[in-house]
Amino acid sequence: MKLPTLREIGTEAKLLLIGIPVLIWTLVPIYHMFLFAISPKEDAFSGKLWPAHPTLNNFKIVFYQEHYFLRDFWIQFFNSVVIALSAGALTLMIATAAAFSISRLRVPGGRWVMNLALFTYFIPAAFLAVPMYRTMGNYGLLNNHWSLILAMVTIASPYAIWVLKQASDKLPVELDEAATMDGATTLQLFRLVYVPLMMPSLVAIGTYAILLAWNEYLYAFLLLSKDTEITLPVALGNFLAADDSPWELLMTTGFIYALPPAAIYYAFKRYMVGGLTAGAVKS
Amino acid sequence: MAITLSGDQAIPGPPLSARLTTPQVWGIVLLAPYILVFLAFVVYPVGYGLWLARHPASYVALWHDPIFARAAVNTLIFLLVGINLKMAIALFLSGFFAQQRTWIKWLSVLFILPWAVPSIPTILSVRFMLNPEWGVINQIIFKLTAEDGPNWLNDPTVALGMAIGVHIWKSLPFWTLILMTGRLAISHDLYEAAEVDGASWSQKFRYITWPSMQTLYITCTLLSMIWTLGDFNSVYLLTGGGPADLTHVLATLGIRYLRLDQLSLAMASIVCALPFVLPLVYFMMKRLSR
Repeated sequence: MKLPTLREIGTEAKLLLIGIPVLIWTLVPIYHMFLFAISPKEDAFSGKLWPAHPTLNNFKIVFYQEHYFLRDFWIQFFNSVVIALSAGALTLMIATAAAFSISRLRVPGGRWVMNLALFTYFIPAAFLAVPMYRTMGNYGLLNNHWSLILAMVTIASPYAIWVLKQASDKLPVELDEAATMDGATTLQLFRLVYVPLMMPSLVAIGTYAILLAWNEYLYAFLLLSKDTEITLPVALGNFLAADDSPWELLMTTGFIYALPPAAIYYAFKRYMVGGLTAGAVKS
Repeated sequence: MAITLSGDQAIPGPPLSARLTTPQVWGIVLLAPYILVFLAFVVYPVGYGLWLARHPASYVALWHDPIFARAAVNTLIFLLVGINLKMAIALFLSGFFAQQRTWIKWLSVLFILPWAVPSIPTILSVRFMLNPEWGVINQIIFKLTAEDGPNWLNDPTVALGMAIGVHIWKSLPFWTLILMTGRLAISHDLYEAAEVDGASWSQKFRYITWPSMQTLYITCTLLSMIWTLGDFNSVYLLTGGGPADLTHVLATLGIRYLRLDQLSLAMASIVCALPFVLPLVYFMMKRLSR
């Protein structure tokens, strides 16, 4: 076995000197959350780095809704799931149709629509929140799940269309021509040629929209306010309103809330990295 | 920027007077849902918002509101310090993560966590760490020095600094990943040739890495500026704009006015930011719609 030279050891040490602080910086807030989730109330406030009596009791309290703040936990969890999935599905449908129309059918004015969509994408979502809140009020949709779903679709679609258009521009035109030659109608072309070939990008975009809607806080707390209508992040924010917030339960709920997106992210990482980072900043 | 020639640019479209073909009819039908969403939830709200912000009196009121001035300054500090610091660190770390080591591969998987998890629970976690009485940081300070730690979020400067820190914590992985893809695209031969010529680490960065990443770095910085302007969570969930409304940024200020039922002020404060946002937006669109 070849022994490492002094220089190699030096390089490795330097890399570790960067890597260890990076690891600590990344994990501290997440570890702190996890620590609270497994600590009984008296341990949670002791400032220890590992609880004297780790417990899963907090999870039990959350799952059985045994605290005043958590009485609607499952309904709120369900609301989050419904809104995220609906926003994902709707974004996917609208964006795929639009990208197909702009990129493959070359609909007149398609380029214009693309530019308008991109413009929306670059306006910070927080700036649109106030007018969106008023608009939903005018439409009579406040406190209705549809308001948040539609708001999320509005915010997710521009980027979705753009990424899908970039991906579908890469498909050879000959495919469409060959299919049309064989007598395929436009809808058959869409269903049998376009959608199957675009699958990886569609997975990426669906995941993107679902995560966006699941994670959204600002719009959710503006548009929904009834305890049985709100999503989990709004419920988490509401913990703050009280002086005697049960922080260990807040952190436990937050931990449960953070798990699905992290799992989805890692499960679809392959698609996300390929489909999204390439699209996010093309250079 | 990748040059993607879209078809309608290469082939001149038929005159509008020509009868629409079946695919074009389908094209319009398939585009219609998005156009409807765009009209109902972008055009109408934006128009309505601008209409609400039409009174000059709102701008006078804003001008005389010290909280608005403070928020504008805070936003500027947030952007200048936060983004430059974040992008510089991301550029540095992208070099670190580009190293071919098994343990660095694993570290990069963990490193992406802040980006992958929702921001609410983690920001609240930081908020509690900074709690002056029960937070873990002041408890550790007390154990080590037997003195009370600072009241972190009660000092506007420190609180804003912490909000910037949270923002960096959350978005650093994303930008590092993007810059890393840029770095990996640089041909390895260049570095080998430089190695043969005895170039130092800084020379390699200056003459190979930086020239090939310059454009990407600047694009990322601008894009990050636009997104950071809209970063509501980092400030709102950590400091709530406090103490005494001294840590607001433009993204949270609109919501503050909304809660005080001063809708026209909320819209006016957003309109005031547009002269800075729109040039950035225009620039980014030119880059991405090519």
